[in-house]
Amino acid sequence: MQFQFANQGLAWSDAYFLAQGLLNTVRLAVTATIIGTLAGIVLGWLRTVSVTMRIATSPFIDILRSVPMIIQLILANSFLSILGFGASPFWFGTFALSAWMAAVTAEVVRAGLLSVPVQYRKSARSLGMNGFQELVHISMPLAFRTALTPWIGLVLSLIKDSALAGVVGYVEYMRATQILITRTHETWLLLIGAGLFYFIICYPVSRYSRRLERKIVV
Amino acid sequence: MNGYQFYWSIVWDSLPLLLAGAWVTVQITLLAFIIGTLIAMPMAVARQHGEGWAYRFSTCWVELSRNTPAVFQLYVFYFGLGAFHINISSYAAVLISVSFNNAGYMTEIFRGGLSAIPRQQLPAARSLGMTGAQSFIHVIFPQMFKVIFLAYVTQGIWGMLNTSLGMLVGLPELSGATQYAQSNSFRTFEFFLVTALIYYLIAKALQFSAQLAFRLVYRS
Amino acid sequence: MIEIKDVRKTFGILAVLKGINLDVNKGELLCLIGASGSGKSTLLQCINGLEPIQGGEIIVDGISVHDPKTNINMLRRKLGIVFQQYNAFPHLTALENVALAPRVVAKRGRKEALALAQKHLDHVGLGNKADSLPSQMSGGQQQRLAIARALAMEPSYMLFDEVTSALDPELVGEVLETMRLLKSEGMTMVVVTHDINFARESADRVAFLHQGEVCEIGTAEEVIDNPQKEQTQKFLRREKRKPLEVA
Repeated sequence: MQFQFANQGLAWSDAYFLAQGLLNTVRLAVTATIIGTLAGIVLGWLRTVSVTMRIATSPFIDILRSVPMIIQLILANSFLSILGFGASPFWFGTFALSAWMAAVTAEVVRAGLLSVPVQYRKSARSLGMNGFQELVHISMPLAFRTALTPWIGLVLSLIKDSALAGVVGYVEYMRATQILITRTHETWLLLIGAGLFYFIICYPVSRYSRRLERKIVV
Repeated sequence: MNGYQFYWSIVWDSLPLLLAGAWVTVQITLLAFIIGTLIAMPMAVARQHGEGWAYRFSTCWVELSRNTPAVFQLYVFYFGLGAFHINISSYAAVLISVSFNNAGYMTEIFRGGLSAIPRQQLPAARSLGMTGAQSFIHVIFPQMFKVIFLAYVTQGIWGMLNTSLGMLVGLPELSGATQYAQSNSFRTFEFFLVTALIYYLIAKALQFSAQLAFRLVYRS
Repeated sequence: MIEIKDVRKTFGILAVLKGINLDVNKGELLCLIGASGSGKSTLLQCINGLEPIQGGEIIVDGISVHDPKTNINMLRRKLGIVFQQYNAFPHLTALENVALAPRVVAKRGRKEALALAQKHLDHVGLGNKADSLPSQMSGGQQQRLAIARALAMEPSYMLFDEVTSALDPELVGEVLETMRLLKSEGMTMVVVTHDINFARESADRVAFLHQGEVCEIGTAEEVIDNPQKEQTQKFLRREKRKPLEVA
């Protein structure tokens, strides 16, 4: 930490600081999306396998959807510290966001798999495919079509929720903005910058996914 | 386990503080749900209409609320207005920002519901001599709520989760109160685990009462 | 040879098959006729092992279908089945639909599987549709695609489950034509159908199923033109009153 003066104005070095925050947001969102999605696909598939599996995994999904992300982040932080992982704030954030992403992706995957008409699965089995081959070549590709739009919505939520990772000390874009606001009092300039940053990422994607959805319905 | 000893009694001692926070959370949740609904109903009709200044206004609202983080929206109302020397309390800032967010999401939910209602329903209501507003209140909206009920309640619960941002602006709602209560003992994990449980119970209570209300209203 | 011995099947308390005995000989075309709910489609799915049975035994070339020790996926390669709904996999082109099972089940190389698929598409007259998606094909074409897909596993038997029932009348002809082609090539076929004309003209033997039992079995002449049992006569009278399908 360098010396800081009260009400110091914005300097060019702050642009570098913000750019780092931006990269950190991207790093966190991408990592949590990948880990969470992969775990969610497995979990979602498990939930279609048997009633026991579905009941056994329900609490995990239910709780992660009913507790605020900010609390999940704080719990991830203190829990991993208690376990003795001297992890970095990046991994606290990744842990909490991935867990949430896995839980919500699982539900989307499950719904996608259940939407595959049973006659396609029967046809595949009648050709001699085993359950796994049927899953990989028929159910998964068909489920992908129904699950894609809701999944994109989840990724957008995750990007927006990553703005909370500041509470565990991870300096992503929103946290960087807030630090600069406190120092410079250039509130509106910095807030508009933050708003634009998230809007420019999220708006085109959500527009695209809405168009995609309309196409699939037709 | 690194020799960590869990210590729960200190949380128990602070429970009145946490419950007071929970009450603030419930208040803001319900108020923001009602305010969001009241704003979203006309905005959904405007969005459905597809042109004019009302359409453009509600489209801006919807896109801003859905495509920026909720914490950004809170900062705009709290720090942003503060910069213009409009100092609102943290309670008001959280209530306004959660209502803003609710309204944007609910508008899109309502619009989806409106498009599921047969086109002839509106002319049918108008042909009986009802005004536009009467038609919507007595004929269109009751049908709409039945269609979108699940998504609507889910949004209400998301609103509840968003009130936890109050912690970041020093509001003693459930999260803020917990943050305050644990600051002397640094028993972060114990405190926030109990808080997570309380959030879970509030969410389930909201869901349950919403389902009960649905059954009473629609008798199904 | 397919031997069906005293097969019983129930859905809950509802008995669908009440002790079916039936043999399918190499090279013959056996038609199963009967009212809806008589159990004929269920029987077909049992032969393929897609439905479990509660009693009896089905033996295909000496292998018991429902024996847990049987490798059912291996056995299914011998038994092609085509369903009423075309069930072409909507995310794959016609060629990929046919090549999929040879590739992943029979573990053939990609090139070999595609060449094989093209051969079978040509066979059913869809050679020029190889790159079309099912959604771009007519019902009749999709149904012929389903036949080609089953043939690509080079089965010894083909099972047809009311394959023309979901088709518009003008599309029925092309599918029946493909089936006649298979028969002329000596394929052993079990055909569940409502099409009495097809049965009379193409079947070596016809079995009439009634309430989960084989009520009457014999040549087409015997069962369709001179039915002995009262239920068979009643069923055929009702079928004849229906408008004729364009075959």
